[in-house]
Amino acid sequence: MQNEVILKVQDLSRRFGGVRAVDGISFEVKSGEALGIIGPNGSGKSTLINLITGFVKPDKGAVFYKGNNITGLKPHKIASIGIARSFQTVKPFYNLPVYKNLIIPLYSNRVKKQLKGGCMGDRDEAAMHLLEEVGFERESNLPYKITGTLPHGYLKKLELARCLCLDPEIVIVDELFSGMSMSEIASAMPIMEKIVAEGKTLIMIEHRLRELFRVVQGVMVLNFGKIIARGTPEEVVKVEEVKEAYLGKEGETVA
Amino acid sequence: MKIKKGYRKERLDRGIKARVDDVFAISSYREIMYLAMPRTLFIIFLLLLPLSGSITGPYWQGVIIITCIIALLTLSWTFMYSVGLISLGHAVFFGIGAYIAGWLSSSLNLSPLITIPLAALSGAVLGALLLYPVLRLRGIYFALITFALPLFMMRLIEATGCLGGTAGLSGLHAFPSRLFASYLVIFVLLFVLFGYLKIMDSDFGLVLRAIRDSDLSVHAAGINVPLFKAQALFIGALPATFAGAFLTHYYRFVGMTAFALEYSIFPITSAVIGGTGLFPGAVLGAFILTPLSESLRAFGTLRIAIYSLLLVLFIVRLPEGLFSFIQKKYFQFERWVPLERKDDNAK
Ligand SMILES: Nc1ncnc2c1ncn2[C@@H]1O[C@H](COP(=O)(O)OP(=O)(O)O)[C@@H](O)[C@H]1O
Ligand SMILES: [Mg+2]
Repeated sequence: MQNEVILKVQDLSRRFGGVRAVDGISFEVKSGEALGIIGPNGSGKSTLINLITGFVKPDKGAVFYKGNNITGLKPHKIASIGIARSFQTVKPFYNLPVYKNLIIPLYSNRVKKQLKGGCMGDRDEAAMHLLEEVGFERESNLPYKITGTLPHGYLKKLELARCLCLDPEIVIVDELFSGMSMSEIASAMPIMEKIVAEGKTLIMIEHRLRELFRVVQGVMVLNFGKIIARGTPEEVVKVEEVKEAYLGKEGETVA
Repeated sequence: MKIKKGYRKERLDRGIKARVDDVFAISSYREIMYLAMPRTLFIIFLLLLPLSGSITGPYWQGVIIITCIIALLTLSWTFMYSVGLISLGHAVFFGIGAYIAGWLSSSLNLSPLITIPLAALSGAVLGALLLYPVLRLRGIYFALITFALPLFMMRLIEATGCLGGTAGLSGLHAFPSRLFASYLVIFVLLFVLFGYLKIMDSDFGLVLRAIRDSDLSVHAAGINVPLFKAQALFIGALPATFAGAFLTHYYRFVGMTAFALEYSIFPITSAVIGGTGLFPGAVLGAFILTPLSESLRAFGTLRIAIYSLLLVLFIVRLPEGLFSFIQKKYFQFERWVPLERKDDNAK
């Protein structure tokens, strides 16, 4: 299975009005690979994810998953064949108790069958287990709280848990760490590492480079909807264009 | 309010444990009683209502039936609301059910016991199909389409003259008796109320509630949102189409008034007054508003003005609705406790 291309993106393009949000992007991801995507704000990272996962329709180009063309499939179809994604801006079910948020993906056709009997007890138990995995202590009352009352960092973790519920083959997370505290990031890192260790394919959009580079083997840099560099973290940060477009800019804001 | 000197009022919440979703087990016999009493009383009240006929007379027996009909419409409205589908034209479901029953009865000469279930089911399917193409639309757009539908239906019947045209269909089959009709509608009301509560408690209902919160996340969770919405539309439309079919046989007549504005407005106002989005609130709202509105009939068109005023008052003063208010009070009790002395505080 390893080293087989699991996701192939071909000349994907999408414009919004005059903005070329994603402009002829092609790349491949191997099964079990962990790929980081970086780039300045507005460079088209989220749009690229939306195109892959069916939330936005491309103007041009195609997406192949395990060799099958999945361009234009409905988002729920893409999720149910094993590509799970989180949203940059959290979209939890605010009025449900926290653990019930996970019943929704667990009720989808992809996993429903895997839960023996599919009765409520099984599903609730699975939800609690996954929550525990992303850092909601089972003994605390956090899993039972109404989601709207949670601090933002926990909502981010809940986004991640919702992806993991689908038992996905590709996990795509969009700026998971932004809005998390340092300690929350520290506690989320092992989860990301575990996803990779389990042999799942991971695509991670992230601004926090130090943490990102600890998880991924490869990085792709976007600017103005185009790939301007791809390689290992060490290679990528040396590229002059990248320094200019991304790292240089961040250096300025820090300074 | 009476003030007791040297005392202050303390307010405590009780039974909270049992109300926090389904996490904690209910602990004692007394607590179960405490929780089950309101609904038991309500069921007994409903079942006794038709028997009060000898005291209240036939007019109020009719009001009871209309009240149940409005309660069914409000439940139906609330179900759609809980999936995020706001209907401003509930009369369309009511009217479809009414006309299907009328047509079945007049052309095929069937008994109400056959036409009503048939009309309720096929009407709900028709309603769901009619709205399926616009299910993607959210918020105000969906609402506006539903608003236009009853008007469209009414004009369609008027212009084409089909289904009796402006004259309507009359002389339809009647129920065996008024008592029978009363109990039929009351049993259906109880069935829908507790059925809806059960559905919303199930994992299927959970998905519906989630769709209202964030349909994008439900998509991302691998769930076919339009399919669930269509199912919700069907389940939600059922009580409304039943209500229409029922009234057709109750009046032994169906006309263009089946698509009248009041069947769209009453469910919304009842829902708002009872507590928007709450099933028991929907029934409570209907049971307050409908008899009230009937007793206001003497005021002629002023009735609508009084009615609207009441609605505004409720929205401003009690936006969470009567049911939430009563529920809160029920689980709270107040008692007078002695004020601490000044020097106690200083210590
Ligand atoms: N739904 C949309 N409608 C209009 N413009 C959009 C939409 N989504 C993204 N864009 C535009 O596309 C560009 C890329 O956005 P995005 O993919 O969110 O970038 P990133 O995630 O890298 O910050 C931006 O200029 C943004 O304004
Ligand atoms: Mg983004």
